[in-house]
Amino acid sequence: MRLVTALMIAAVLTVPALAAGDGGGHRFPPFDARTFPGQIFWLILSFGALYLLMSRVALPRVGAVLEHRRETIDGNLRAAEAAQKQAEAAAQAHEQALAKARANAQAIAQEARAKSAREIDAKRQGVEQDLARKMIAAEQAIAETKAKAMEHVGDIAREAASAIIEQLGGKKPTAAALNKALGAAAGE
Amino acid sequence: MAQPGKPIDPMHQFEVQKLVDLQFFGRDLSFTNASLWMLIAIGVITLIMVYGTARRELVPGRLQSLAEMAYEFVASTLTGATGKDGMQFFPLVFSLFMFVFAANLLGMIPGSFTVTSQIVVTAAFAVLVIGVVVIAGVIKHGTHFFGLFVPSGVPAPILALMVPIEIISFLSRPVSLSLRLFGNMLAGHIVLKAFGGLAVMLLGAGAWAALAPVPLIMAVAVTALEFLVAFLQAYVFTILTCVYLNDALHPGH
Repeated sequence: MRLVTALMIAAVLTVPALAAGDGGGHRFPPFDARTFPGQIFWLILSFGALYLLMSRVALPRVGAVLEHRRETIDGNLRAAEAAQKQAEAAAQAHEQALAKARANAQAIAQEARAKSAREIDAKRQGVEQDLARKMIAAEQAIAETKAKAMEHVGDIAREAASAIIEQLGGKKPTAAALNKALGAAAGE
Repeated sequence: MAQPGKPIDPMHQFEVQKLVDLQFFGRDLSFTNASLWMLIAIGVITLIMVYGTARRELVPGRLQSLAEMAYEFVASTLTGATGKDGMQFFPLVFSLFMFVFAANLLGMIPGSFTVTSQIVVTAAFAVLVIGVVVIAGVIKHGTHFFGLFVPSGVPAPILALMVPIEIISFLSRPVSLSLRLFGNMLAGHIVLKAFGGLAVMLLGAGAWAALAPVPLIMAVAVTALEFLVAFLQAYVFTILTCVYLNDALHPGH
Protein backbone atom coordinates (compact mmCIF):
# COMPACT_ATOMS: atom_id res chain seq x y z
CA MET A 1 0.00 0.00 0.00
CA ARG A 2 2.85 2.37 0.88
CA LEU A 3 4.49 1.37 -2.39
CA VAL A 4 1.49 2.45 -4.41
CA THR A 5 1.25 5.74 -2.53
CA ALA A 6 4.94 6.45 -3.11
CA LEU A 7 4.56 5.68 -6.80
CA MET A 8 1.65 8.07 -7.06
CA ILE A 9 3.59 10.85 -5.39
CA ALA A 10 6.54 10.22 -7.71
CA ALA A 11 4.23 10.32 -10.69
CA VAL A 12 2.54 13.56 -9.67
CA LEU A 13 5.96 15.19 -9.44
CA THR A 14 7.54 13.85 -12.62
CA VAL A 15 4.86 13.16 -15.20
CA PRO A 16 3.62 16.72 -15.64
CA ALA A 17 7.22 17.76 -16.16
CA LEU A 18 7.71 15.09 -18.83
CA ALA A 19 4.45 15.97 -20.50
CA ALA A 20 5.08 19.67 -20.48
CA GLY A 21 5.86 19.79 -24.17
CA ASP A 22 3.92 22.72 -25.46
CA GLY A 23 2.42 23.25 -28.84
CA GLY A 24 -0.34 25.06 -30.55
CA GLY A 25 -2.83 24.47 -33.23
CA HIS A 26 -5.64 22.01 -33.52
CA ARG A 27 -4.60 18.47 -32.70
CA PHE A 28 -6.04 15.02 -32.38
CA PRO A 29 -7.53 15.60 -28.92
CA PRO A 30 -6.24 12.48 -27.11
CA PHE A 31 -2.71 13.35 -28.25
CA ASP A 32 -2.91 16.99 -27.21
CA ALA A 33 -0.05 17.14 -24.72
CA ARG A 34 -1.31 20.43 -23.28
CA THR A 35 -4.06 18.54 -21.50
CA PHE A 36 -1.72 15.88 -20.08
CA PRO A 37 -0.52 17.59 -16.88
CA GLY A 38 -4.06 18.46 -15.86
CA GLN A 39 -5.40 14.99 -16.64
CA ILE A 40 -2.52 13.31 -14.82
CA PHE A 41 -2.97 15.60 -11.84
CA TRP A 42 -6.71 14.94 -11.55
CA LEU A 43 -6.27 11.26 -12.28
CA ILE A 44 -3.75 10.89 -9.46
CA LEU A 45 -5.99 12.89 -7.17
CA SER A 46 -9.16 10.93 -7.94
CA PHE A 47 -7.53 7.52 -8.27
CA GLY A 48 -5.53 8.14 -5.11
CA ALA A 49 -8.74 9.01 -3.28
CA LEU A 50 -10.44 5.95 -4.72
CA TYR A 51 -7.51 3.75 -3.70
CA LEU A 52 -7.57 5.08 -0.15
CA LEU A 53 -11.34 4.72 0.12
CA MET A 54 -11.25 1.18 -1.23
CA SER A 55 -8.23 -0.05 0.73
CA ARG A 56 -9.14 1.62 4.04
CA VAL A 57 -12.93 1.55 4.09
CA ALA A 58 -14.77 -0.42 1.44
CA LEU A 59 -12.71 -3.57 0.93
CA PRO A 60 -12.09 -4.39 4.62
CA ARG A 61 -15.80 -3.84 5.23
CA VAL A 62 -16.95 -6.07 2.37
CA GLY A 63 -14.35 -8.65 3.34
CA ALA A 64 -15.63 -8.61 6.93
CA VAL A 65 -19.24 -8.90 5.76
CA LEU A 66 -18.40 -11.88 3.52
CA GLU A 67 -16.37 -13.49 6.30
CA HIS A 68 -19.16 -12.94 8.80
CA ARG A 69 -21.69 -14.42 6.41
CA ARG A 70 -19.48 -17.44 5.73
CA GLU A 71 -19.06 -17.98 9.46
CA THR A 72 -22.78 -17.58 10.09
CA ILE A 73 -23.65 -20.04 7.35
CA ASP A 74 -21.02 -22.51 8.55
CA GLY A 75 -22.25 -22.13 12.13
CA ASN A 76 -25.85 -22.65 11.11
CA LEU A 77 -24.92 -25.67 9.02
CA ARG A 78 -23.01 -27.14 11.96
CA ALA A 79 -25.97 -26.47 14.26
CA ALA A 80 -28.34 -28.04 11.76
CA GLU A 81 -26.09 -31.09 11.50
CA ALA A 82 -25.96 -31.40 15.30
CA ALA A 83 -29.73 -31.03 15.52
CA GLN A 84 -30.19 -33.69 12.88
CA LYS A 85 -27.88 -36.05 14.73
CA GLN A 86 -29.79 -35.34 17.92
CA ALA A 87 -33.07 -36.02 16.18
CA GLU A 88 -31.72 -39.25 14.77
CA ALA A 89 -30.53 -40.32 18.22
CA ALA A 90 -33.93 -39.44 19.68
CA ALA A 91 -35.66 -41.42 16.95
CA GLN A 92 -33.40 -44.38 17.66
CA ALA A 93 -34.05 -44.15 21.40
CA HIS A 94 -37.76 -43.92 20.72
CA GLU A 95 -37.62 -47.01 18.51
CA GLN A 96 -35.66 -48.88 21.15
CA ALA A 97 -38.15 -47.90 23.82
CA LEU A 98 -40.96 -48.99 21.54
CA ALA A 99 -39.32 -52.37 20.89
CA LYS A 100 -38.71 -52.83 24.59
CA ALA A 101 -42.29 -51.97 25.43
CA ARG A 102 -43.53 -54.38 22.79
CA ALA A 103 -41.34 -57.16 24.20
CA ASN A 104 -42.58 -56.35 27.70
CA ALA A 105 -46.17 -56.44 26.58
CA GLN A 106 -45.63 -59.78 24.89
CA ALA A 107 -44.02 -61.19 28.04
CA ILE A 108 -46.87 -59.93 30.20
CA ALA A 109 -49.47 -61.33 27.82
CA GLN A 110 -47.73 -64.68 27.72
CA GLU A 111 -47.47 -64.79 31.48
CA ALA A 112 -51.12 -63.88 31.86
CA ARG A 113 -52.09 -66.56 29.36
CA ALA A 114 -49.95 -69.15 31.17
CA LYS A 115 -51.35 -68.11 34.54
CA SER A 116 -54.94 -68.29 33.40
CA ALA A 117 -54.28 -71.69 31.80
CA ARG A 118 -52.81 -72.93 35.06
CA GLU A 119 -55.77 -71.63 37.03
CA ILE A 120 -58.23 -73.20 34.62
CA ASP A 121 -56.36 -76.49 34.81
CA ALA A 122 -56.41 -76.41 38.59
CA LYS A 123 -60.12 -75.55 38.70
CA ARG A 124 -60.94 -78.23 36.19
CA GLN A 125 -58.98 -80.82 38.15
CA GLY A 126 -60.78 -79.78 41.34
CA VAL A 127 -64.14 -80.06 39.65
CA GLU A 128 -63.23 -83.39 38.08
CA GLN A 129 -62.06 -84.79 41.42
CA ASP A 130 -65.21 -83.49 43.07
CA LEU A 131 -67.32 -85.11 40.38
CA ALA A 132 -65.40 -88.36 40.66
CA ARG A 133 -65.91 -88.32 44.44
CA LYS A 134 -69.64 -87.61 44.05
CA MET A 135 -69.93 -90.38 41.46
CA ILE A 136 -68.24 -92.86 43.78
CA ALA A 137 -70.57 -91.78 46.62
CA ALA A 138 -73.60 -92.12 44.34
CA GLU A 139 -72.45 -95.58 43.19
CA GLN A 140 -72.03 -96.62 46.82
CA ALA A 141 -75.50 -95.31 47.69
CA ILE A 142 -76.95 -97.20 44.71
CA ALA A 143 -75.12 -100.37 45.75
CA GLU A 144 -76.38 -100.00 49.34
CA THR A 145 -79.90 -99.37 48.24
CA LYS A 146 -79.68 -102.37 45.88
CA ALA A 147 -78.30 -104.61 48.63
CA LYS A 148 -81.02 -103.39 51.00
CA ALA A 149 -83.60 -104.02 48.33
CA MET A 150 -82.23 -107.49 47.72
CA GLU A 151 -82.47 -108.21 51.46
CA HIS A 152 -86.11 -107.32 51.51
CA VAL A 153 -86.81 -109.48 48.41
CA GLY A 154 -86.74 -112.73 50.60
CA ASP A 155 -89.11 -111.29 53.17
CA ILE A 156 -91.46 -110.08 50.47
CA ALA A 157 -91.32 -113.48 48.74
CA ARG A 158 -92.02 -115.27 52.05
CA GLU A 159 -94.90 -112.97 52.88
CA ALA A 160 -96.23 -113.27 49.39
CA ALA A 161 -95.82 -117.10 49.42
CA SER A 162 -97.38 -117.29 52.88
CA ALA A 163 -100.30 -115.14 51.73
CA ILE A 164 -100.73 -117.21 48.49
CA ILE A 165 -100.64 -120.48 50.44
CA GLU A 166 -103.04 -119.10 53.06
CA GLN A 167 -105.41 -118.09 50.26
CA LEU A 168 -105.07 -121.45 48.47
CA GLY A 169 -104.94 -123.80 51.46
CA GLY A 170 -106.68 -121.72 54.02
CA LYS A 171 -103.88 -122.44 56.42
CA LYS A 172 -100.83 -120.44 57.22
CA PRO A 173 -97.71 -122.46 56.45
CA THR A 174 -95.06 -122.74 59.13
CA ALA A 175 -92.05 -120.61 58.88
CA ALA A 176 -89.76 -123.63 58.63
CA ALA A 177 -91.65 -125.20 55.74
CA LEU A 178 -91.77 -121.86 54.00
CA ASN A 179 -88.07 -121.27 54.36
CA LYS A 180 -87.35 -124.79 53.09
CA ALA A 181 -89.54 -124.38 50.05
CA LEU A 182 -88.14 -120.91 49.30
CA GLY A 183 -84.57 -122.18 49.75
CA ALA A 184 -85.32 -125.00 47.28
CA ALA A 185 -86.75 -122.45 44.78
CA ALA A 186 -83.80 -120.13 45.20
CA GLY A 187 -81.49 -123.11 44.77
CA GLU A 188 -82.94 -124.14 41.36
CA MET B 1 -21.86 17.37 -30.02
CA ALA B 2 -22.54 18.67 -33.47
CA GLN B 3 -22.83 22.41 -33.52
CA PRO B 4 -25.27 23.88 -35.99
CA GLY B 5 -23.61 24.87 -39.21
CA LYS B 6 -20.55 22.73 -38.50
CA PRO B 7 -19.96 19.26 -39.91
CA ILE B 8 -20.31 16.48 -37.37
CA ASP B 9 -16.89 16.02 -35.83
CA PRO B 10 -16.44 12.55 -34.29
CA MET B 11 -13.34 13.76 -32.44
CA HIS B 12 -15.14 16.55 -30.64
CA GLN B 13 -16.27 14.16 -27.88
CA PHE B 14 -12.62 13.55 -26.89
CA GLU B 15 -11.76 17.21 -26.43
CA VAL B 16 -10.76 18.23 -22.93
CA GLN B 17 -12.58 21.40 -22.01
CA LYS B 18 -11.73 23.61 -19.09
CA LEU B 19 -14.47 24.07 -16.55
CA VAL B 20 -12.49 25.87 -13.84
CA ASP B 21 -9.16 27.44 -14.69
CA LEU B 22 -6.45 26.40 -12.24
CA GLN B 23 -2.75 27.12 -12.51
CA PHE B 24 -0.28 25.49 -10.12
CA PHE B 25 3.53 25.45 -10.25
CA GLY B 26 3.27 27.20 -13.59
CA ARG B 27 1.33 24.27 -14.99
CA ASP B 28 -2.20 24.16 -16.29
CA LEU B 29 -4.02 21.93 -13.81
CA SER B 30 -7.46 23.22 -14.68
CA PHE B 31 -10.57 21.35 -13.60
CA THR B 32 -11.83 20.00 -16.92
CA ASN B 33 -14.60 17.76 -18.15
CA ALA B 34 -12.04 14.92 -17.87
CA SER B 35 -11.51 15.75 -14.19
CA LEU B 36 -15.27 15.98 -13.68
CA TRP B 37 -15.90 12.51 -15.09
CA MET B 38 -13.04 11.06 -13.08
CA LEU B 39 -14.69 12.43 -9.95
CA ILE B 40 -18.09 11.14 -11.09
CA ALA B 41 -16.52 7.71 -11.61
CA ILE B 42 -15.06 7.57 -8.12
CA GLY B 43 -18.34 9.01 -6.80
CA VAL B 44 -20.30 6.14 -8.36
CA ILE B 45 -17.81 3.56 -7.09
CA THR B 46 -17.87 5.11 -3.62
CA LEU B 47 -21.66 5.09 -3.65
CA ILE B 48 -21.68 1.35 -4.34
CA MET B 49 -18.73 0.28 -2.26
CA VAL B 50 -18.95 2.59 0.77
CA TYR B 51 -22.58 3.73 0.99
CA GLY B 52 -23.91 0.41 -0.31
CA THR B 53 -22.09 -1.58 2.36
CA ALA B 54 -22.66 0.88 5.19
CA ARG B 55 -25.28 -1.31 6.86
CA ARG B 56 -23.14 -4.49 6.65
CA GLU B 57 -26.23 -6.62 6.19
CA LEU B 58 -26.06 -10.37 6.52
CA VAL B 59 -28.65 -10.65 3.77
CA PRO B 60 -27.47 -7.98 1.33
CA GLY B 61 -29.67 -5.45 -0.40
CA ARG B 62 -29.17 -4.38 -4.00
CA LEU B 63 -26.21 -2.06 -3.64
CA GLN B 64 -24.48 -4.35 -1.17
CA SER B 65 -25.00 -7.30 -3.51
CA LEU B 66 -23.38 -5.26 -6.25
CA ALA B 67 -20.45 -4.39 -3.98
CA GLU B 68 -20.01 -8.00 -2.92
CA MET B 69 -20.27 -9.24 -6.48
CA ALA B 70 -17.54 -6.78 -7.57
CA TYR B 71 -15.40 -7.78 -4.59
CA GLU B 72 -15.68 -11.49 -5.26
CA PHE B 73 -15.28 -11.10 -9.00
CA VAL B 74 -12.00 -9.17 -8.70
CA ALA B 75 -10.81 -11.36 -5.82
CA SER B 76 -11.37 -14.56 -7.81
CA THR B 77 -9.69 -13.05 -10.87
CA LEU B 78 -6.68 -12.03 -8.78
CA THR B 79 -6.30 -15.27 -6.82
CA GLY B 80 -6.88 -17.24 -10.01
CA ALA B 81 -3.91 -15.55 -11.69
CA THR B 82 -1.52 -15.09 -8.76
CA GLY B 83 -2.63 -17.44 -5.99
CA LYS B 84 -3.45 -16.49 -2.41
CA ASP B 85 -0.41 -14.22 -1.86
CA GLY B 86 -1.62 -11.96 -4.67
CA MET B 87 -4.28 -10.61 -2.28
CA GLN B 88 -1.77 -8.03 -0.98
CA PHE B 89 -2.35 -6.22 -4.30
CA PHE B 90 -6.12 -6.58 -4.03
CA PRO B 91 -6.88 -2.91 -3.21
CA LEU B 92 -4.84 -1.77 -6.21
CA VAL B 93 -6.32 -4.29 -8.64
CA PHE B 94 -9.82 -3.67 -7.34
CA SER B 95 -9.46 0.13 -7.63
CA LEU B 96 -8.07 -0.25 -11.15
CA PHE B 97 -10.88 -2.53 -12.28
CA MET B 98 -13.61 -0.41 -10.75
CA PHE B 99 -12.17 2.83 -12.06
CA VAL B 100 -11.69 1.56 -15.61
CA PHE B 101 -15.06 -0.19 -15.63
CA ALA B 102 -16.90 2.82 -14.22
CA ALA B 103 -15.11 5.20 -16.62
CA ASN B 104 -15.92 2.93 -19.59
CA LEU B 105 -19.58 2.65 -18.64
CA LEU B 106 -19.98 6.34 -17.81
CA GLY B 107 -18.52 7.05 -21.24
CA MET B 108 -21.58 5.32 -22.70
CA ILE B 109 -23.83 8.11 -21.42
CA PRO B 110 -24.54 10.39 -24.39
CA GLY B 111 -22.75 13.68 -24.02
CA SER B 112 -20.41 12.39 -21.32
CA PHE B 113 -16.64 12.27 -21.46
CA THR B 114 -14.84 8.94 -21.63
CA VAL B 115 -11.90 9.19 -19.24
CA THR B 116 -10.35 5.97 -20.55
CA SER B 117 -10.34 7.22 -24.15
CA GLN B 118 -7.43 9.48 -23.22
CA ILE B 119 -4.08 7.82 -23.84
CA VAL B 120 -2.48 9.77 -21.02
CA VAL B 121 -4.88 8.14 -18.56
CA THR B 122 -4.43 4.59 -19.81
CA ALA B 123 -0.68 5.13 -20.03
CA ALA B 124 -0.60 6.38 -16.46
CA PHE B 125 -2.40 3.23 -15.33
CA ALA B 126 -0.04 1.04 -17.34
CA VAL B 127 2.99 2.81 -15.84
CA LEU B 128 1.49 2.38 -12.39
CA VAL B 129 0.96 -1.36 -12.94
CA ILE B 130 4.41 -2.00 -14.40
CA GLY B 131 5.99 0.22 -11.74
CA VAL B 132 4.33 -1.81 -9.00
CA VAL B 133 5.35 -5.05 -10.71
CA VAL B 134 9.01 -4.05 -11.02
CA ILE B 135 9.33 -2.51 -7.57
CA ALA B 136 7.42 -5.28 -5.78
CA GLY B 137 9.44 -7.87 -7.72
CA VAL B 138 12.76 -6.28 -6.75
CA ILE B 139 11.70 -5.87 -3.11
CA LYS B 140 10.54 -9.48 -2.85
CA HIS B 141 13.16 -11.25 -4.91
CA GLY B 142 16.05 -8.77 -5.31
CA THR B 143 18.11 -9.34 -8.42
CA HIS B 144 16.50 -12.74 -8.69
CA PHE B 145 13.50 -10.89 -10.15
CA PHE B 146 15.48 -10.22 -13.32
CA GLY B 147 15.68 -13.97 -13.82
CA LEU B 148 12.33 -13.25 -15.44
CA PHE B 149 14.30 -12.30 -18.54
CA VAL B 150 16.43 -15.48 -18.51
CA PRO B 151 14.43 -18.56 -19.42
CA SER B 152 15.82 -21.60 -17.63
CA GLY B 153 17.18 -24.64 -19.45
CA VAL B 154 18.14 -22.69 -22.58
CA PRO B 155 21.70 -23.01 -23.97
CA ALA B 156 23.91 -19.90 -23.81
CA PRO B 157 23.97 -18.98 -27.53
CA ILE B 158 20.20 -18.97 -27.68
CA LEU B 159 20.06 -17.02 -24.43
CA ALA B 160 21.86 -14.19 -26.18
CA LEU B 161 18.86 -14.02 -28.47
CA MET B 162 16.21 -14.86 -25.87
CA VAL B 163 17.12 -12.29 -23.22
CA PRO B 164 16.67 -9.24 -25.49
CA ILE B 165 13.39 -10.68 -26.73
CA GLU B 166 12.20 -11.21 -23.18
CA ILE B 167 13.23 -7.68 -22.23
CA ILE B 168 11.47 -6.21 -25.24
CA SER B 169 8.36 -8.24 -24.52
CA PHE B 170 8.41 -7.03 -20.92
CA LEU B 171 8.84 -3.42 -21.98
CA SER B 172 6.06 -3.70 -24.52
CA ARG B 173 3.63 -4.72 -21.79
CA PRO B 174 2.79 -1.22 -20.58
CA VAL B 175 2.52 -0.05 -24.20
CA SER B 176 0.08 -2.79 -25.17
CA LEU B 177 -1.76 -2.48 -21.86
CA SER B 178 -2.39 1.22 -22.35
CA LEU B 179 -2.95 1.18 -26.11
CA ARG B 180 -5.46 -1.68 -25.94
CA LEU B 181 -7.79 0.12 -23.57
CA PHE B 182 -7.28 3.52 -25.20
CA GLY B 183 -7.74 2.17 -28.72
CA ASN B 184 -10.85 0.19 -27.89
CA MET B 185 -12.59 3.05 -26.17
CA LEU B 186 -11.55 5.62 -28.78
CA ALA B 187 -12.48 3.48 -31.77
CA GLY B 188 -15.79 2.38 -30.30
CA HIS B 189 -16.88 5.91 -29.59
CA ILE B 190 -15.75 7.13 -33.02
CA VAL B 191 -17.73 4.35 -34.70
CA LEU B 192 -20.79 5.20 -32.61
CA LYS B 193 -20.48 8.85 -33.50
CA ALA B 194 -19.87 8.09 -37.17
CA PHE B 195 -23.01 5.95 -37.48
CA GLY B 196 -25.05 8.46 -35.49
CA GLY B 197 -23.73 11.32 -37.61
CA LEU B 198 -24.41 9.41 -40.80
CA ALA B 199 -28.02 8.84 -39.76
CA VAL B 200 -28.45 12.55 -39.08
CA MET B 201 -26.80 13.54 -42.36
CA LEU B 202 -28.95 11.11 -44.36
CA LEU B 203 -32.08 12.54 -42.73
CA GLY B 204 -31.10 15.97 -43.98
CA ALA B 205 -30.32 14.77 -47.51
CA GLY B 206 -33.73 14.64 -49.17
CA ALA B 207 -34.60 11.25 -50.65
CA TRP B 208 -31.58 9.66 -48.99
CA ALA B 209 -33.47 9.97 -45.71
CA ALA B 210 -35.07 6.63 -46.60
CA LEU B 211 -31.69 5.02 -45.88
CA ALA B 212 -31.28 6.73 -42.50
CA PRO B 213 -32.59 3.74 -40.46
CA VAL B 214 -29.64 1.62 -41.65
CA PRO B 215 -26.92 3.54 -39.79
CA LEU B 216 -29.37 4.03 -36.93
CA ILE B 217 -29.74 0.25 -36.54
CA MET B 218 -25.98 -0.06 -36.79
CA ALA B 219 -25.58 2.56 -34.09
CA VAL B 220 -27.93 0.60 -31.82
CA ALA B 221 -26.01 -2.61 -32.48
CA VAL B 222 -22.66 -0.92 -31.89
CA THR B 223 -24.00 0.57 -28.65
CA ALA B 224 -24.77 -2.94 -27.40
CA LEU B 225 -21.33 -4.07 -28.50
CA GLU B 226 -19.76 -1.08 -26.75
CA PHE B 227 -21.36 -2.07 -23.45
CA LEU B 228 -19.75 -5.47 -23.87
CA VAL B 229 -16.43 -3.86 -24.78
CA ALA B 230 -16.68 -1.53 -21.77
CA PHE B 231 -16.77 -4.54 -19.46
CA LEU B 232 -14.43 -6.70 -21.50
CA GLN B 233 -11.67 -4.11 -21.68
CA ALA B 234 -11.89 -3.41 -17.96
CA TYR B 235 -11.67 -7.15 -17.38
CA VAL B 236 -8.77 -7.61 -19.82
CA PHE B 237 -6.92 -4.73 -18.20
CA THR B 238 -7.48 -6.29 -14.79
CA ILE B 239 -6.51 -9.83 -15.69
CA LEU B 240 -3.36 -8.67 -17.49
CA THR B 241 -2.49 -6.64 -14.38
CA CYS B 242 -2.94 -9.84 -12.36
CA VAL B 243 -0.76 -11.82 -14.76
CA TYR B 244 2.00 -9.20 -14.56
CA LEU B 245 1.72 -9.10 -10.77
CA ASN B 246 2.12 -12.87 -10.80
CA ASP B 247 5.53 -12.31 -12.44
CA ALA B 248 6.49 -10.04 -9.55
CA LEU B 249 5.38 -12.64 -7.00
CA HIS B 250 6.65 -15.74 -8.74
CA PRO B 251 9.41 -14.82 -11.21
CA GLY B 252 10.98 -17.57 -13.29
CA HIS B 253 9.44 -19.59 -16.03
